Amino acid sequence: MATAPVMEQDRTGGTGHVLSLRGITKTFGAVAALTDVDLDVARGEVVAIVGDNGAGKSTLVKVLSGVHAPTSGTITFEGSEVTISTPADAQRLGIATVFQDLALCENLNVVENLFLGQEIGPARLDEVAMEVKSWELLRELSAKIPTVRIPVASLSGGQRQTVAIARSLLGDPKIVMLDEPTAALGVAQTAEVLNLIERLRERGFGVIMISHNMADVQAVADRVAVLRLGRNNGVFRVSDVSSEELVAAITGASDNVVTQRSARRGAIAKGEPA
Amino acid sequence: MSGTDVEPATEPTAARVATDLQDERLSQGAGGLKGALAGLGSRVRGGDLGVIPVVAGLVIIAVVLQSLNSQFLSAANLENLLLECVPVGVIALGIVFVLLVAEIDLSVGSISGLSAALLAVFYVDRGQSVVLAIAVAVGSGVLIGLLYGQIFNRIGVPSFVISLAGLLAFAGLQLAVLGTKGAINLPFDSALVKFAQLQFMPDWLSYALVLAGGIGLFATGFARAQARRKASLSAQSTVSLAVRSIALIVLVGAFVAYLNDSRGIGYMFVFFLALVLVMHYVLTRTKFGKSLFAVGGNAEAARRAGINVRRVYASAFVLCTTLAAVGGVLAAARLAAANQQSGGGDVNLNAIAAAVIGGTSLFGGRGSAFAALLGILVIQSISNGLTLLSLDSSYRFMVTGAVLLLAVGLDSVARRSRASSGRA
Ligand SMILES: Nc1ncnc2c1ncn2[C@@H]1O[C@H](COP(=O)(O)OP(=O)(O)OP(=O)(O)O)[C@@H](O)[C@H]1O
Ligand SMILES: [Mg+2]
Repeated sequence: MATAPVMEQDRTGGTGHVLSLRGITKTFGAVAALTDVDLDVARGEVVAIVGDNGAGKSTLVKVLSGVHAPTSGTITFEGSEVTISTPADAQRLGIATVFQDLALCENLNVVENLFLGQEIGPARLDEVAMEVKSWELLRELSAKIPTVRIPVASLSGGQRQTVAIARSLLGDPKIVMLDEPTAALGVAQTAEVLNLIERLRERGFGVIMISHNMADVQAVADRVAVLRLGRNNGVFRVSDVSSEELVAAITGASDNVVTQRSARRGAIAKGEPA
Repeated sequence: MSGTDVEPATEPTAARVATDLQDERLSQGAGGLKGALAGLGSRVRGGDLGVIPVVAGLVIIAVVLQSLNSQFLSAANLENLLLECVPVGVIALGIVFVLLVAEIDLSVGSISGLSAALLAVFYVDRGQSVVLAIAVAVGSGVLIGLLYGQIFNRIGVPSFVISLAGLLAFAGLQLAVLGTKGAINLPFDSALVKFAQLQFMPDWLSYALVLAGGIGLFATGFARAQARRKASLSAQSTVSLAVRSIALIVLVGAFVAYLNDSRGIGYMFVFFLALVLVMHYVLTRTKFGKSLFAVGGNAEAARRAGINVRRVYASAFVLCTTLAAVGGVLAAARLAAANQQSGGGDVNLNAIAAAVIGGTSLFGGRGSAFAALLGILVIQSISNGLTLLSLDSSYRFMVTGAVLLLAVGLDSVARRSRASSGRA
């Protein structure tokens, strides 16, 4: 995979945190999706959030992007406490999001989706500038999209995901959140997204990345925050944690279904006919 | 826009392929006019019918009705037909906006009737100036839209129910406003009635406008093509732009000349046309227009893109009810009266049918301002032709119903073939 070696130095050192969450709780009726969650992201740092299905990862992203208001807790952005009550608030702060369900308008074409809500020339759209910028962004992601003037409805799943990622890069974000950005991507596009995440880090953006793919996480993340049943279950420096330890934190036990499987496979591999 | 009549941006030095045509899976059409026609052909086969079915329908209707009654295509009748289109056409234009955000307004007829009643009461009974009377009438439309928007956004009542309640309530209010008399005539010599019945463009002005329209179409198309070439994007060839503009000038010019033999084009129709063009600009060239399509396509995605979805819904309702009130004023002017029947009968359903027949989707996210114009032309042609044949409204209702079903059916078939050819 075309990814750079993992950075090992402490990236939070000295620069301070651009985003800090303290005690974030979010309940949906009787369900506590998030309980007392803390998270810090520094400039130029990639933080991965991992956890089982339903652990609350997407909910955390939605709280930060203004889709859901938190039930309680504080969000500090660039040193001052903020409330993010609408997606427009998040946009103004410079928090861009790629949602797990992508949130694209199927009836609009690629350019219209990319610039939705941030069109160039509100009273007289500059279609040319928007199309040029669209191609630029899509090239950067090695997008395999034949034309930007077709409705998103007729794109493949991976093409749509690329459009959603390209969307998040418009308009100078300070924090980019990607909720399972590579779930539907091909090999080359996944590598491009990982490259992109590293470029974002080099440019000094904070990146929050959600993934179920431990290889991807270990390839680009600086720190990994584990969520389990809506609570913090440890924050690890990627350089000093193994896959097994992460899986143990995710599932909540060192004796879990994943270790059992690998033990079984190990036994089979050693084989009987010794 | 969607990949038709494209010509690779040609650079003097090398045959470079435009940025947007580099994917090898894109079929590279021939450039120029031939390419334009080929592109149109493949678009139609792919189910992207655009305005073709409506225009074809209009031609068929014209041929049939003309063969049944030779008066149908006479200049005098066509002039009349165009003017008859305007009041309900303006209302249909408003319907396009609510349909775009996947909502509905069933009360436009009652709102137009109430507006007509208010106009007549303030202008005739109270002797106010016509400007004030129009302001009150149209203002009532604005207020009703604001009310609908609040109820929809804050309480979450479906627009179907809100407007069904409005249909009844405002029909009642109309009766109350008209009082015991039940009908108020507008003076025939008032500017408003003259505007709707008697004022036609002088010949020179009509030709000048056609010419200006053709040249304007070419100029904007050419400017866009130049800008795209400069940015090394594909652009429409100058020849096909010129052919399009000349065709427009010749066809519309001939039609105008034909009408000019009689009285010509009524000012009220010009007003409608201007309104359609303005709304077309709003829908296709502004941020607000895009937000309407976005909300109709996926309201949650629009919200997450930072669009104030509630405001978009409220604007759509206000535009619709305001245009309905304007339609009511024009209907009163055309009739030179407001009465208990104003805005009743088939006004409501004709306005909605016109928007749909013209190609606006009932499910949101698809449609155009021209849908209102083309749809109302279809409906009024049928109504006018059947009246010439001295058939009563029973036939009119049945034929209009059949045409509506045909239009929606055609759209459903087209949608399926769009889905299979990637133009959904
Ligand atoms: N809008 C909602 N209403 C009610 N409950 C919700 C809502 N959104 C999420 N939840 C609940 O919150 C919990 C966390 O969901 P979330 O989508 O954050 O999980 P996740 O960690 O992203 O999982 P996955 O890996 O499957 O994407 C789940 O139990 C879910 O049922
Ligand atoms: Mg999720």
